[in-house]
Amino acid sequence: MQVMLILPELVLILTVLVLFAASLKKIKGAGLSAIALTGSLLTLVAAVVGGSASGSLFVGAYQVDGLSQLIKILLGGGLFLIFYMCRGLSGIEDEVQNEFYLFLALSTLGLMMMSSAVELLTILVCLEISSYALYVVISFRKGKGRRTEVEAGIKYVLFGAAATGISLFGISYIFGLSHSTYLVDIKTQLPQLLQHQPMAVIGMALLLCSFFYKLAMFPMHAWTPDIYQGASNETTTFIATLPKVGAAALLVRLIGMSGAGVTQFTWVLLVLAVLSMTYGNLAALVQNDIKRLLAYSSIAHAGYMMIGLLTGSRLGMAAVIYYIAGYVLMNLACFLVIYYIAPRGENITFDDLKGLYRRSPVLAFTLAAGAFGMAGIPPTVGFTGKFVIFTAALEKGFYGLVVIAMVNAAVSAFYYLKLARAVYCQGEDAELDRLQLGFGVKIFGVFLIAAIVLVGIMPQGLLQMANNAVSAFL
Amino acid sequence: MHMEKYLILNTLSYPVLSLIMLVPLVGALLSLLIKNDTYLKIFGLLVTLVTLVLSLPLYTCFDLHTAKYQFVELRHWFPLLKLHYVVGVDGISVLLVLLTTIIMPFCILCSWNYIKKRMGEFIFVTLVMETAMIGVFISLNMVLFYIFWEAMLIPMFLLIAVWGGARKDYASIKFFLYTLCGSIFLLVAIVALYIKTGTFFIPELMDHQFSFAYQVWIFLACALAFAIKIPMYPLHTWLPAAHVEAPTAGSVILASILLKMGGYGFLRFCLPMAPAATMYFMPYMIALSLISIIFGGYLALGQTDIKKLIAYSSVGHMGFVTLGIFLINDQGLKGAILQMINHGITTGGLFIMVGMIYERTHSREIADNSALGMMIPIYVTFLGIFCLSSLAFPGTNSFVGEFLVLFGAFKKNVVVGFLAIPGAILAAAYMLRLLQRMVWHDSDGHAHHHDDAADAAHGHKITDLNLREITMVVVLAVFVFWIGFYPTPLLKVMDASVTHLLHQIAAGGTPVPAAPHEGHHALLEIGNWLKQVVAF
Repeated sequence: MQVMLILPELVLILTVLVLFAASLKKIKGAGLSAIALTGSLLTLVAAVVGGSASGSLFVGAYQVDGLSQLIKILLGGGLFLIFYMCRGLSGIEDEVQNEFYLFLALSTLGLMMMSSAVELLTILVCLEISSYALYVVISFRKGKGRRTEVEAGIKYVLFGAAATGISLFGISYIFGLSHSTYLVDIKTQLPQLLQHQPMAVIGMALLLCSFFYKLAMFPMHAWTPDIYQGASNETTTFIATLPKVGAAALLVRLIGMSGAGVTQFTWVLLVLAVLSMTYGNLAALVQNDIKRLLAYSSIAHAGYMMIGLLTGSRLGMAAVIYYIAGYVLMNLACFLVIYYIAPRGENITFDDLKGLYRRSPVLAFTLAAGAFGMAGIPPTVGFTGKFVIFTAALEKGFYGLVVIAMVNAAVSAFYYLKLARAVYCQGEDAELDRLQLGFGVKIFGVFLIAAIVLVGIMPQGLLQMANNAVSAFL
Repeated sequence: MHMEKYLILNTLSYPVLSLIMLVPLVGALLSLLIKNDTYLKIFGLLVTLVTLVLSLPLYTCFDLHTAKYQFVELRHWFPLLKLHYVVGVDGISVLLVLLTTIIMPFCILCSWNYIKKRMGEFIFVTLVMETAMIGVFISLNMVLFYIFWEAMLIPMFLLIAVWGGARKDYASIKFFLYTLCGSIFLLVAIVALYIKTGTFFIPELMDHQFSFAYQVWIFLACALAFAIKIPMYPLHTWLPAAHVEAPTAGSVILASILLKMGGYGFLRFCLPMAPAATMYFMPYMIALSLISIIFGGYLALGQTDIKKLIAYSSVGHMGFVTLGIFLINDQGLKGAILQMINHGITTGGLFIMVGMIYERTHSREIADNSALGMMIPIYVTFLGIFCLSSLAFPGTNSFVGEFLVLFGAFKKNVVVGFLAIPGAILAAAYMLRLLQRMVWHDSDGHAHHHDDAADAAHGHKITDLNLREITMVVVLAVFVFWIGFYPTPLLKVMDASVTHLLHQIAAGGTPVPAAPHEGHHALLEIGNWLKQVVAF
């Protein structure tokens, strides 16, 4: 049955509709979050059930394959975790809480469709669905008359629009050269074109800009710190995780088309990867606002992921999918802490983290696991991800690139260490009150810690899935 | 599988290596359930003791006649990259594993009163540390090794940063970043070796013959990580800071076990995998070792802080270890391995002694702790034993180790031998100075005695060692004399593995090949020049 192929999307659309109805009925509080949680959980279940589906829909523009289904599981799971984590919505204006759930679900729908889209214009439409929803959500932050969230919202719109424009321009080049917008057709010609046509290199580089934007990759990174800082903690949690999953999946598809050979295009990506890592890590060193710090760190992580992508090899691509899954876990760990030590939804700085181990041991350990994970210290998923990515890059002979990346990882260790230090080693004598956390939050923290460690030391399952997913089209 | 020719699978009734690695980890997790500080300490001690008991069969059932890896466990782990979970020990690592399991109960014991806050976390971190350290010594897979190697940083960082002294922030971050930077190239080397050979399995990598240029890179990448860890001049600067600021248990772990990982790394990776490069870099490494010995000794001579003095003396002692390793002869290697064990026992003992006196007088300055002989005779007796052991007095453990290293040095080159001698003399100078000031000296020290610490020391309020403390130092002193008078059992254990290692180097390490790669001319030039310097 054709409908079964898009089961997760259908369930999510249904969820969106129910949320829309709920917004008309002005359902609030526990009832609302129950609807959102049930909907996202059902989406996850549908994604898992449809995990092995494969087929093609809508005149070949919509491909259901291993990659798309794996990404849909990640997206469904991520959405559920975010809804679960932020179910208090303490940072969102009361009258738009319905809409908050609605738009996040809608944005996730766009991302899910994007992971299946295999035609350039379809991809762009899906991308816009996911972006437009977010444009609205960013300015939902509590506290009337604040400039920052409005500024953040407008910045996101402007950067997003510019990125889309650039991408469309790139698409025009690619279409001109290959006479098709279907990835299947482009894929057969692209390796050839990249060898002989400078325009193809430019076209591809421009085309990718939208996804660089989503992934917060240099040179489309500039929005990241301001949006992270300006948006509410809930919205930032979403922006920091799921759109990056969607972007990574699409980048795997698009860069995967360019073949395994090392071309000028590879070098373009390589330079961007180096700049992204270096800029992100250096800027993160001096941040005091934790969300800004995570924003810069996400720019650096986009650089690491690009290393895996530019190898064009099966291992590298699979590693990127593994890495982004781990990255979601580590980011959720950090944002869980941010969310729960800022009860009124304010931004937090290093000072707020001091002595956290006394206020809540579970949150302290969750943040430490996230921070050490992102620093790439074993035994965490962050280490294993970097390890596999670097292995893939060295297989292609990018020794210098890997050394630069490792140096970057060492630099980044400093600011992640600052997080761990603030949590465990400072504020020992200060007067601190214990955080009152529900049982569910603690369980969630323990779940994240366990996931970060266990997926790290037993990577086989996820990596094998990712490997199977990418080998289908590489 | 072709791996089996390097291994003897575990024949004990239980998976001994996995068990001693996991028992502390499980203990750490269980310790989270205990709230009472005293129970926590007792529980921590029990866990380390159980680990110790479980590790004893490694010694009693060790097959002395083979250089193969023993007690091996082999499991699939991560087939996509052909990674196996494979652990085992040979004559070199078994001693270090035993050293770890023996030292760890002392780390808990010496913290009994020293650690006053956050006991639960302390026990947790210490036990996790034990898992990671044992993991490093038993891993036969490079990735597994690296995971443990890096994972060690987090608990050690916390040990210094949470329970450390006044400058703990500086010391802990310096330690973390220094060691992390050292490991960068190690990881690159590990992956590069995998890409070249298709395996992460250490014994198999040792059998590969790499080109000289490749060996040079492998050697340099690995040596950086290990030289920082050991630490070797000029990469030693993290050590005094970390040692001085760390709590007693942290200092003991650092000195007794962490530093040994550098030496172990050289023996396990650099020498067998890059034998030709080892022979090529031998003069530099010997020169750096000699500098470490003398430089460390000189710096120790000038210290007024007891802990700093011992920290710098460690630099000198580890210089002897690297010297022994890079002499590449039987006596040198055996001396180096023995010296690693000795340093673990002696310096561990010294740090425990410093911790004891700090608990009593709240000062680590020599001037504040002088003339103790009258007041706490048992303490100074054991202090004397460990000091004498540290300066390699005949009859103590270090004498045997240093003697073997010096024997090897003279066998290799008389000049090298003579250059190492001042290090031994310096050790005598700073250790006897320390001992003299702390035990007898009180005449001109009085002028400075005006703070509380000194008042405490001279108001006859300090008490001598209690039963717990005596137990600790007696056990360590037994090891000091046992190895000092009868080192044969240890030498027997390492014999087969050292011989095998020398064979590996001899097979692959023809000194400087005829036509080295273009790019290495400059290196060769410097090499020849340094060789002449050393030969001179």
